[in-house]
Amino acid sequence: MTEAQRLESVDILVNMGPQHPSTHGVFRMVLWVDGERIVDCDPHIGYLHRGSEKLSEGELYSQIITLFDRMDYIGNFNTELAFVGAVEKMMALTVPERAEYIRVILCELNRISSHMLFYGTMGLDAGAMTPIMYGFRERERIQNLFEAVTGARMMHNYFRIGGLREEPPDDFVARVRGVLPAIEQGIEEGDRLLTYNEVFLARSRGIGVISGQEALDYGLTGPSLRASGIPDDIRAVEPYSVYDRFDFDIPVGETGDTWDRYAMRVEEMRQSVKIVKQALDQMPETGPIKAQVRGIPRPPKGEAYFRAENPRGEIGVYLVSDGGDKPYRLKVRPPSFANLQALRPMLRNTYVADAVMVLGSLDIVLGEVDR
Amino acid sequence: MILLLALALGVLGILAVVALSVVFGGEDAALLVLRAGLLLTILSVVVLSLTWLERKALGRIQQRIGPMRVGPFGVLQPVADAIKLVVKEDIMPSWVDRPIYWLAPLVVFVPSFLVWVVVPFSGDLVLRDLDLGVLYVLAMQGLTIIGLIMAGWGSANKYGIMGGLRSAAQLISYEIPLLVIAMTVAMLAGTLNLTAISEGQGYQWYILLQPMAFFVFLLAGLAEVGRSPFDIFQAESELVGGPFIEYSGAHWSIFFLAEYMNTFLIAALVTIFFLGGWSGPFLPEVAWFLIKCYAVILLIFWLRGTLPRLRIDQLMAFGWQALVPLSFLNFILVSAVMFYGWPVWVHTGLGLVTLAGAAVFIYTRQASQKARPRVRLVSAREVRRV
Repeated sequence: MTEAQRLESVDILVNMGPQHPSTHGVFRMVLWVDGERIVDCDPHIGYLHRGSEKLSEGELYSQIITLFDRMDYIGNFNTELAFVGAVEKMMALTVPERAEYIRVILCELNRISSHMLFYGTMGLDAGAMTPIMYGFRERERIQNLFEAVTGARMMHNYFRIGGLREEPPDDFVARVRGVLPAIEQGIEEGDRLLTYNEVFLARSRGIGVISGQEALDYGLTGPSLRASGIPDDIRAVEPYSVYDRFDFDIPVGETGDTWDRYAMRVEEMRQSVKIVKQALDQMPETGPIKAQVRGIPRPPKGEAYFRAENPRGEIGVYLVSDGGDKPYRLKVRPPSFANLQALRPMLRNTYVADAVMVLGSLDIVLGEVDR
Repeated sequence: MILLLALALGVLGILAVVALSVVFGGEDAALLVLRAGLLLTILSVVVLSLTWLERKALGRIQQRIGPMRVGPFGVLQPVADAIKLVVKEDIMPSWVDRPIYWLAPLVVFVPSFLVWVVVPFSGDLVLRDLDLGVLYVLAMQGLTIIGLIMAGWGSANKYGIMGGLRSAAQLISYEIPLLVIAMTVAMLAGTLNLTAISEGQGYQWYILLQPMAFFVFLLAGLAEVGRSPFDIFQAESELVGGPFIEYSGAHWSIFFLAEYMNTFLIAALVTIFFLGGWSGPFLPEVAWFLIKCYAVILLIFWLRGTLPRLRIDQLMAFGWQALVPLSFLNFILVSAVMFYGWPVWVHTGLGLVTLAGAAVFIYTRQASQKARPRVRLVSAREVRRV
């Protein structure tokens, strides 16, 4: 062996996950690193595969809602709405207005609680341990509210085909109004703590950059796409439910780096508060909360595709019915799964420490990636 | 591997000789053993109090209350933790490099403890009042690097190796500003004896004469002991503990003990070098020393509760491009002032000017548009119309 061969440096292969504190669940990435630099990255998924789509073919339509709860387990209401919306589209149902408004309020609150979790874990990924406590404080307020409305903190099973399971508590509006100022204050506090922190800026700017065109090519949606400068939001582009009645802004980033993806979520929380306030003002005080639907709904033969804006991006539900009480085929286009595809190009030529930051900034939920 | 082992044995040998000569040199041996034992006990109590204080302080920062269950206000929590750590199963993976794996905690712990032999708690409360105190402290402190590399290498774990190498790069870089500032202080005091440095200040604390040196020393010290925001060799979020990843139970707790002892050492050095040591009115000297030390420690905890972690390249850049030049600049300025015999307030003036310069530099960088990215807001109604 010559001296040169003996001293030649080799890339080492580092396995991160599925048991690693910063892979946000059971995600695994295999990194080839040259010292501290990442040469290549190989993402592995499937550790949380439960076959929800196939399972759905054996369940009644009303039973499938629970499966969707467990898909994106951070944005339960939003995911429920995507499925319920698909069935309603297929059956051409008109949902009572009051139910639509309650749905929107719950979905937007859920978006805030999801982004609060993102905010906290982003801090953890960067090495700051305080943001997660601030994030969870606000999350807890919202989660308590959800518990009061649905009886469950996470797996709500509250939306029904054609409306809601039951009336929310009498003091629902008062409770939401009561919790909003605290949340607003919490958002501002968190913003002051982390967003323009010198160290955080240094860690997140110019890392994991993806251009607008590339982001579109990879099928990125939601905040991760908007961070690259493309104002695409299903709530505005193709409004569902009653989203066309609200006045809100879509945050758009400049460079598409990790900081932009982070800042999108912080700004979106403010916009969600705005939407909730408008919805509370417009909501009819009384009225039915469920349309007339048979106990076991049988959508007509045919197919429907319904898309909605989840906290993580665009969720699409493709439903094929043969006229029976169970779907013939159900396919979900989960936002996290599509967003994850961009991880590999983002990670090239970054540092090992950046890997967890970039992964964190994509805000994946493994329950949804693997389904 | 064999090289590391030989190095470790060499280090331990040197330590043994130094320890023997320092501790037993020419006095009643039995008394000194007793004193050394007492010192170890005091340090253990201090470390326990630090873990409790850290959890309480972080809890307050994070709107929690911290430990509350064991004892009043949870003061006995560290004792419970210590018992848990000692009786826990000590897992050693089968693939580790046994001798190095076993020796590493010792090589980290022994120098961290030996440092304290010369650190005075007050004018007369010191085990050995060495005339070369500053040199001894910094030399001993520097030896812990080898233990960290050994821990990383001996664990035969990729995270561990990366952590070990990170610690080597980090600790060696930050040793330089630390030493240069210590030299400056020694020049001002005219001695390397820690007791004399502390007592020579009187009420003219060196933080007043050397405001910039204080900050540089504190930051370099934080990096030297691997505290947040410079804890990159432990890097919980990517390296999951770095060199300590494969250690558990008693072995891990020795690393832990050493880490907190080092943190306390930095606080003690800052106190002795810049905060006038144990000088203060009314209270006994030890009380003043401990009050100042704990104040510095609280500052360190505060930083941990606020700041994210730097990345390795940023850490190295900060060390070599900011702290090293600043420390040398300080060294040159102090030399010049002393050489020409200018009055002491010139030190203060120069220190404040450099500090202000650094502050202006940071402020302009932060205020510039390039450094402050913004979020553009697009109205949803406009998007709808398109």
